[in-house]
Amino acid sequence: MWAYIVRRVLATIPVMAVVALFVFSLLYIAPGDPAAVIAGDQATPEDVERIRASLGLDRPYLVRFADWLWDILNGDLGTSIFTNLPVSTMIAQRIEPTLSLMVVTILLAVSIAVPMGVVAAWKQGTMADRAVMGFAVLGFSVPVFVVGYVLAYVFALELDWLPVQGYTPISQGFLPWIENLILPAIALGTVYIALIARITRATMLEVLSQDYIRTARAKGVGQRAILFLHALKNAAVPIVTVIGIGIALLIGGAVVTESVFAIPGLGRLTVDAILRRDYPVIQGVVLLFSFVYVLVNLVIDLLYTLFDPRIRY
Amino acid sequence: MSATSLPPGVTIPPGLAIAKLPGDILPEVKPKRGAIGFLRRHPTMAIGGGLLLVMVLVAVFAPFLWTKDPTALAPALRTREPSADFWFGTDMLGRDVYSRVLYGARVSLIVGFSVAILASIAGLVIGLVSGFNRLADSIIMRVMDGMMSIPPILLAIALMALTRGSVRNVIIAITIAEIPRVSRLVRGVVLSLREQPYVEAAVASGTRTWKIIFKHILPNTLAPLTVQATYICAAAMITEAILSFIGAGTPPIIPSWGNIMAEGRALWQVKPYIVFFPAVFLSITVLAVNLLGDGLRDAIDPRLAKRI
Repeated sequence: MWAYIVRRVLATIPVMAVVALFVFSLLYIAPGDPAAVIAGDQATPEDVERIRASLGLDRPYLVRFADWLWDILNGDLGTSIFTNLPVSTMIAQRIEPTLSLMVVTILLAVSIAVPMGVVAAWKQGTMADRAVMGFAVLGFSVPVFVVGYVLAYVFALELDWLPVQGYTPISQGFLPWIENLILPAIALGTVYIALIARITRATMLEVLSQDYIRTARAKGVGQRAILFLHALKNAAVPIVTVIGIGIALLIGGAVVTESVFAIPGLGRLTVDAILRRDYPVIQGVVLLFSFVYVLVNLVIDLLYTLFDPRIRY
Repeated sequence: MSATSLPPGVTIPPGLAIAKLPGDILPEVKPKRGAIGFLRRHPTMAIGGGLLLVMVLVAVFAPFLWTKDPTALAPALRTREPSADFWFGTDMLGRDVYSRVLYGARVSLIVGFSVAILASIAGLVIGLVSGFNRLADSIIMRVMDGMMSIPPILLAIALMALTRGSVRNVIIAITIAEIPRVSRLVRGVVLSLREQPYVEAAVASGTRTWKIIFKHILPNTLAPLTVQATYICAAAMITEAILSFIGAGTPPIIPSWGNIMAEGRALWQVKPYIVFFPAVFLSITVLAVNLLGDGLRDAIDPRLAKRI
């Protein structure tokens, strides 16, 4: 067991190394002189030279990569070309809104999607099932910003129930904080809900057709106990896996959601960085998000034993 | 069954009644054949394919569908509400939103189809190499694991931030972001096919590797790959719109659904229709491709269809 955990944790090191090498190399894979591309069309030769020096483009490739990696391991993600602030400082300033949005979205999505999937599997073939499956197909097809604008238009502009845009830090009270996050979380969570509901339904259908469910039914266990105690517990592994993998969708979607709802988080930071061609910031954000993604999936892998005691390492 | 179908020389004795065979009692089932029958048996595919066909026609014949020049500026006609003259209204620069939305179908479909085809080809090659060469496999899969750890939209954003915006670069960026998933799928199929008795028999009888790949492996990867390609097409269209929407995609001069929405963003609270129409077109197109994919999957693997 401990040997497995150590092995699994160590296995993430090469993955993160590849991510780092990839993110670092992007600058050089791209056609043309990276310094000139980042400087933009109106740049003077001095600007290009300054950027070339700040990126360290005059030194050998592997030396630069080693230096860059060493800095990152020491918590230094480089310096923004545009603001001259350390990238880690800029990320720290923007992390709360994004983290809040993600956590609220995940909680909301899981608490909606899992019951949806369970009901769909239980009532297979009925209108309830079709409604859930229809929603799943729609959820995959309607882009996050479309859901965002529709929600904002209906619930904020027309009905005036919730704020249209913006973010209030949690330090200013729970209610204003959550009020600002409800619409973005639903918009961002739509694809995620569709994904989780679909997998929950599929896994539950498989589990519900097994012998021990029939045995439980035969000895008179109630429907609710069968669904939530006997079946859902055994369907947990694939569902939890998808919850982890789906976080990639949330990270990508957060960039857009923050633009639609004017949330000053990491997504806004990324979009601003793209418009200013502030590559060190983009590098930092991509690295951070990938690191979080790998970490979440690592934790989920390690949690399998909790959900399914049959899994022994 | 009538007496005529009895074997020669056998006659029914008088007074004996012969029960009819079920064949005569049950109504005859005529399996529907041809394209029409196929589509009737797979309604999702028919609906998805139909909608997609309409969008393709709209994209191809955009100049003939009562559109104006989608890039013509008319400052005097800024932000008009939808009317008989401007079916979807006009934007901040007085451009006709209806024309822009119709022409926008071109960018979305070109990006969607190109990415689906390119990512499938690249993923197929990488997956086949990976499935047949152990050394290459261990290296390729480490790289793919790393790439898959970067959320695809972020990877595309990082790539786009380094290049000048153009439709070609958007296609390349989204393709690179999609390749790892296709490679993994193909590799998985190849590895499971290699365990099949008929492949083992081919190996045992001394068939050359390239012949095994082309005769036994490749044809069997095409079905799951086609289904995957439709989902990639849908994902690519959404990613293109997202990239354009945040200003890292198709250059603003070219009307694409993402660009039109990006331009309408500043005004969306007062003039929601500028964002609304491209959003509806994008959603319908993506839905069409997704339905087509679901239909294909059900047609190819009916067992899977019942479960998912």
